[in-house]
Parts: sequence; structure tokens; C-alpha cells
Amino acid sequence: MKKFWAWGALIFGLLYFILPLLGMTNFSLKMRRGVYSLDAYAVVLGDPRFQETFTYSILMALATIVFGVLLVVPTAYWVRLKLPGLRPYIEFITLLPLVIPAIVIVFGYIRLYNTSSWLPLTGTTTGTNILLMFGYATLALPYMYRSVDTGLRSIDIATLTEAAQSLGAGWTTILAKIILPNVLVAVLSGAFLTFAIVIGEFTMAALLNRPAFGPYMQLLGANRAYEPAALAVMSFALTWGCLGLIQLVSRFQKGAQSAA
Amino acid sequence: MSSDSSAAAPQTRAPFRLPLHWLGAAPFAIFVLLFLIMPTMRIVIGAFQTPDGSFTLDNIRGLFTTSILSAYWISIKISIASALLGCLIGFSVAAAVVLGGLPKWIRGPLLTFSGVASNFAGVPLAFAFLATLGPVGLLTVFLKTQIGIDLRALGFNILSFWGLTVTYLFFQIPLMILIITPALDGLKREWREAAQILGATNAQYWRMVAFPILLPSFLGTLALLFANAFGAVATAIALTGSSLNIVPILLFAQIRGDVLGNPHLGYALAFGMIVVTGIANTIYIWLRARSERWLK
Repeated sequence: MKKFWAWGALIFGLLYFILPLLGMTNFSLKMRRGVYSLDAYAVVLGDPRFQETFTYSILMALATIVFGVLLVVPTAYWVRLKLPGLRPYIEFITLLPLVIPAIVIVFGYIRLYNTSSWLPLTGTTTGTNILLMFGYATLALPYMYRSVDTGLRSIDIATLTEAAQSLGAGWTTILAKIILPNVLVAVLSGAFLTFAIVIGEFTMAALLNRPAFGPYMQLLGANRAYEPAALAVMSFALTWGCLGLIQLVSRFQKGAQSAA
Repeated sequence: MSSDSSAAAPQTRAPFRLPLHWLGAAPFAIFVLLFLIMPTMRIVIGAFQTPDGSFTLDNIRGLFTTSILSAYWISIKISIASALLGCLIGFSVAAAVVLGGLPKWIRGPLLTFSGVASNFAGVPLAFAFLATLGPVGLLTVFLKTQIGIDLRALGFNILSFWGLTVTYLFFQIPLMILIITPALDGLKREWREAAQILGATNAQYWRMVAFPILLPSFLGTLALLFANAFGAVATAIALTGSSLNIVPILLFAQIRGDVLGNPHLGYALAFGMIVVTGIANTIYIWLRARSERWLK
């Protein structure tokens, strides 16, 4: 009896997840009347707007990852090494982007960094791009920081630092050659998650008027029937890919640790 | 990081040193200040200002008009409905896998899948549900032609309260599974055995031991799911356009084109969102601390 209910709950849950995925896949293949075809995918992939916005979002994601790593790894390292008393506060701050909705943060950006302010970032295209990247870095901060901080916990950074210092290494060397390689798996997990977040992000890009992938999808959704479903399939595959890679690298690390 | 060299200097100098090691946290502090704290403060302060900068409560008072209040009310209702259902269904699935005696291998794939699904939000999620439960969606057509249930005739519409709730559940349920599974794992077998030795029935064990221990995690996750749904913008806009009057959509339109006719009312609207999600998250953090007393 207990097993019956357990299977029932599991099957209901699975149906809930599989049906929408089936629905979108099925719909994306129905562009040509009567037969299944990949027409919708061909149309989407051939659309120059798709190529532009997708490239833009990939570049933004990469820039966000680089910036995020440069910001988070030294900070998390330094706080663990020299300012342990600060950790609870930093942890609290890194969780704030989960509390404050993205739409509120970007609203603040628009008011704070408009053309008549002290730092007119939205005045130029480059400035807006940078502002959007900072926004993405803020959104990704909770995931990036927690991932790197957990990674740092598993290594003895004090000993590693002293050893490197006694061999004459400076801070840049320590961070780049000792700390980063040791937390690489954690950094990569954070990076893939950042990538998955940035690539489909809608609110910030739309309100800052940047030609990103999220607003493009929304626009297409408002005007077309079959292409959005094709886009949904592709972005689900992309999300799946990113999170699959996280699993892969963390399993790789476990394997490496048990081998050592 | 040139400022750090003094901290690295040999320890032979006088004990007094400038606290330069604080500078190591400076880049992070500056970034957070400029791109998280100050933008939020700008909104909060703006909610209490007139256009020329003096203090006022008029903006907050302006929120208490029928259309804005109803937007908040619908938002809160959708968030509560999707959080409650997400908690219940997610709990059932997690309990089925952890305690229900299902094969062990189901657990790993289920958690991985939940990780993916809880991140599959935003615009594509809306498309997936339109293709499934929309007017010509897979399930709608199947139910109509094969079984004879016309969802439309029953009053279901994907662009409505229930449509949005059902869609949000797609990321709410997996999030619940991800959070509650470790809590269920934390229920020690000894507790059940101790209860049984003292003569408790299965129902008594659940009511008097397991339930009180799980309650903080359960309520905490409920608050988290609530905040999660309340701040969701992209899914709602992609699904309904602007046909449903909920707070994130209203704020989006307000930022785009000042539809309320008063920029500072926009601040107040955003401030209201911070207050609601802030309360929900405070409850979450508080209850989480309580649940960790037992489960760790």
C-alpha cells in the first residue's frame, strides 16, 4: 500500500515534468502541416536576429564569468585567510540578490546611472553593456560565492599560502597558481550556473534595452507560433548541458580525491 | 592586490600596523555597494520622496488604490497557491523516494533533474506550457479529442491565475524536492525506533516526532518558494503579455513607460516588492536556523 502511494506520487511528479517537455518538443516539430519537420529550427537558426542576440548573450555570459571569478575568488580567499570575522556578513550580502527581485535592482540602476547622474553608464552602448554585465554578476553572486567558498573550505589555504610565501611567491602568483587550480571545480560549477542564468535572462536586458537572447525569445513568442517552441527546446537543452557539465566536473573531482 | 604586501611583510616590525588587510575586501565591498546596495537604497528612498526631493508618504499612500492593491493581491495569491502546491507535491515526491521504498537508483537522477528543472524558468518555460496547455497545446488537444474533456469549457485558460500557477509549479516542485530531501534524510532511524519501543503507532510517530521536526524546513521552504514566485517576471510576461495585472508586470510597464503617471509611485511599487520578498525571506532564514538544530 505504501509502495503504491510512493509510485503514484513519483509518477505524478514525473508526468508534470515530462508533459511540458513533450508538449514543446511536439509543437516545435509541427511547423509543416501534417508532418513532423525541423522547419521551425531551421527558421530560428537562420534568423540573423537569433544569431546576433545569441552571440551577444554568450559574450555577456563569458564576460560575466570572468568578472565574477576575478571578483569572488580573491575575496572569498582573503576573507577566509585574514578576515574570518567578516564571513557571516559577506555570506548575508551574497544572498541578497535572491531576496531583492532583479527587476528592482535594474530599476535602481536605471535611476542611479542615467545620463544625468554622476556615473552616466547608460549614456553609451559600452557603458550599458558594462552595467548589464555588473547586473548579471550580481544575479550570479549567490551561486558563484557559495560555490567558491565551499571549494575553499576543502583545502588548507593557510598552509598553502605560507608554503607559497616561503618559496617567494607574491599574492598574484598565489592566487593564480595555487588557489585557483585548487578550487577550479568549484569555480567551473559556478561558471556553468552563471552561464545558464545569463543566457536566458530577460528582465535586466529588456529594461536596459540590450539586444540579448532573452528579450529576443520574448519578442518571437509574442509574434510567432512554432519558433518559440523550438527556442524553448534549445534553451532547455542548453540548461541541461550546463548543469550536466557541473555534475560531470564535480564527479571528476570526487574521483580525483578518492584516487589521491 | 598591491596593497596586501604590507600584510605579507615579515613579522619583525613593531606590533602596530595599519589595518591594511581590510583593503583585500575592498573591491568586493565597492562592487556590492555600487551595484546592489545603492541601487536598492535609491528605490527605497525614492519611495518616500516627492519629485523635488522632500520627504513624503504620498507614494506609499498611492499604492492603496484599487488597481495597484488588486495587482498585489493577485501576485500574492499566485505566489501562495504555487508555493503551497509546490511544497505539497514536492514533499510527496521526495517522501516517496526517500521513505516510500522505491528503488535506490531513482534518487540520483531525480535530484539531477530537479536541479535542471528548478533552473528552467523564464521565457522558455512559458513557451513550453503554451505548447502543452495553450489553446492548441498537446495536452489540451489530447484531452479534447481523445477523452472528451474540454479545458476551455471548464474555464481553464493558460493566461489566467491558474495557468500562471500551474506554470510556476514547474520550477517550484523541483526546488522543494531539492531542499526537503536532505531534511527527510536527516530523520534518524533511531527516532522512529525509539518511538516504536515506547509504543507509538506509525501515525503517532509522524504527528508527534517527524512532523514537528520537519515543520520548520517545510514552512521555511514555503516562504522561499513564495518569494521565488513573487519576483518572477520573465515567465509571467512571456506567458500573458500584459493581460494579467500582477505586480512584476505592472512594475515592468511602469519602468518602460511610466504607465502610472508618477515616477515615484514606481519606486513605491518596487519598495512594496522588496518588503514582501524581504518578509518571506526573513521567515525562511529564521525557520532554517531553527530546523538546523535538529537536522544536521
